[in-house]
Amino acid sequence: MHKFANPARFMRLSNIVLPWITGLTILLFALGLYYSLILAPEDYQMGNTYRIIFVHVPAAYMAQFGYGVIAVSSAIGFIWKHPLADQAARATAPIGAAFTALALLTGSLWGKPMWGTYWIWDARLTSMLILFFLYLGYIAVWQAIEDQVKAAKIASIVSLVGLVNVIIIKFSVDWWNTLHQPATLMRMDGPTIGGNMLIALLLMIAAFNMFFVAVLFWRIQSLILQRRIRSLRLQLGGGLG
Amino acid sequence: MIKLALSIIMRDVSLSLRHGSATTMVVGFFIIVVSMFPFAIGPEQNILQRISVGVIWVAALLSCLLSLDRMFQTDYEDGSLDQFVLSPVPLELVVVAKSIAHWLTTSLPLIVIAPILGIMMNLPNEGFLPLIYTMLIGTPALSFIGGIGASLTVTLRRGGVLLSLLILPLYIPVLIFGVLAVKASIGGYDATSHYLLLLGFTLFSAAIAPWAAAAAIRSGLE
Amino acid sequence: MNDSLKGQNLTCIRGDRTIFSNLEFELPEGHAVILNGSNGSGKSSLMKIIAGLLSAQNGSLSYDGHNILGNKDWISRNICYLAHKNGLKPEMTVGENLKFWASMEHHQGDVTLEARKIGIDHCLDLPVCYLSSGQARRAALTRVLCHPATIWLLDEPTVGLDVAGVELLAGLMNDHLKNGGCILAATHIELHIDPHKSTILNMADFSLKSSHASEINLGKDLL
Repeated sequence: MHKFANPARFMRLSNIVLPWITGLTILLFALGLYYSLILAPEDYQMGNTYRIIFVHVPAAYMAQFGYGVIAVSSAIGFIWKHPLADQAARATAPIGAAFTALALLTGSLWGKPMWGTYWIWDARLTSMLILFFLYLGYIAVWQAIEDQVKAAKIASIVSLVGLVNVIIIKFSVDWWNTLHQPATLMRMDGPTIGGNMLIALLLMIAAFNMFFVAVLFWRIQSLILQRRIRSLRLQLGGGLG
Repeated sequence: MIKLALSIIMRDVSLSLRHGSATTMVVGFFIIVVSMFPFAIGPEQNILQRISVGVIWVAALLSCLLSLDRMFQTDYEDGSLDQFVLSPVPLELVVVAKSIAHWLTTSLPLIVIAPILGIMMNLPNEGFLPLIYTMLIGTPALSFIGGIGASLTVTLRRGGVLLSLLILPLYIPVLIFGVLAVKASIGGYDATSHYLLLLGFTLFSAAIAPWAAAAAIRSGLE
Repeated sequence: MNDSLKGQNLTCIRGDRTIFSNLEFELPEGHAVILNGSNGSGKSSLMKIIAGLLSAQNGSLSYDGHNILGNKDWISRNICYLAHKNGLKPEMTVGENLKFWASMEHHQGDVTLEARKIGIDHCLDLPVCYLSSGQARRAALTRVLCHPATIWLLDEPTVGLDVAGVELLAGLMNDHLKNGGCILAATHIELHIDPHKSTILNMADFSLKSSHASEINLGKDLL
């Protein structure tokens, strides 16, 4: 069965690597949180509230990164019919969607002290919201199609069409935003970042990245096992196993 | 090639004319959605005037969506889609022809009816021609992008909701540029850049839709 | 025997289920292979693989030594596939339907003439939705008759047909074989096809039987 040759190797490899990644994630989070909550100085304008960017910025970054991962692995899965790539794309989607939701949540929480309201149709938040919609559509495709091989193909087309469109949508939202709102608002990248703030931010981004990889490995493992159970059941169910 | 595309377009248009109900329902839906807004917002003329373009465009997107799931579905159900895939005609051409037929039977009637809704929504006089122009330029993108969505969901039993979820976010650029162009014209500004961006998006969607939709149909039929 | 359609080691997996594996068959020019097997044994899947609608996991399909698996150009010219569904628009008349596919698939046959052969010529101006299922099947078969292809893939061609219709179809299939065509058909009904020109492929164990008793078991053992 060449179909499971690759996933089997992945299972072996990931079982070795996963504990290390998990350890690294915990270490990076501990360091990152220490830096961002204690070492990074208070902002002279915004006080302590700005510290939410240490969660918001990495989350927003991971949200976009996640969609990129989906698109790249979908392309690999579609062109070379690599079963592991399809599973990777599928496993990434909920993680990316969760990061997008986190970015939206922290963004709107930050909006309250900044703008006096939880939601503002700022270009970044709006783009993030649309990215969230795209994630939802992608996840829905996987859920709607019973046949996993077919679902993988359809989902990969969805993600690739989404990828080219997301760039255009981002551009058009920026275009729309600059025309509708005078650019006097505080932007997320408003304060200049330096010193310990920058180190804290980089550490948090690294921690989020590691966390992403760990959860991704773990989810791919569970998807592979799920598939194995399905095919074993089908073999039991009869026919020509 | 063009002859074949034409005969597919003719076939789809005549099928829709014989059915009749599909186009009438879409136009009816379009009118009803727009006329819901005065009830929700209130009948103040100046407020209606401000939201008129946006409301008409959003209603057009939704109406377009309504007829999309039938684009390949009927052909799938009666087996014609299999035959299209097997015939010497490139599937990409079939997609283009069917998208054009969808535009003719759905969007064109909407464009014809849009000025009347403009009057009802108190659209300023300077807005009517730009509204028609933007709809003429922008709605083909709805059919092309919609064709991708329709082909992705063709073999699913309840594909309609999924189709909306997949397609509506992709319609955002059409909405943005279409509304901005009309608003700029009403405000007396230069709207050329909006028109060009809208046209660009339509051309872009016409370029990617045939490949994506054909790939989706081939995967879906398996 | 010169040209023949040959399938080797064909394996079909749909979803996570193996429909069949290592299927072998040979369909020489002027011959018919009748697929025999229970529901879900992969008769339709095999036809779809040959027609290029499904991809095979494994194996090869060749005609006259040339690989045709996925060769869309060759398939669309040389294979005519009649599916379960008729592929006719209920709102259009039989004539309009046939004319449309004639332009799509470059048919050469005269529609009225071919329709008369299968006894549906009196319905050419009727919308398909008025036809009975047997009449609709005859209309769909008219498309096959008009198609220039030499290889016919007929998936349950007799569904809905009455006894007279089955007789007509068998006669037309014999004519097609006589003219050097090949037929791969799945059917539950005994078709009276020249026994010297047809073999039966049993999907359960992939054994090949010639219709006239003498059993030649060419099938591969499964697993």
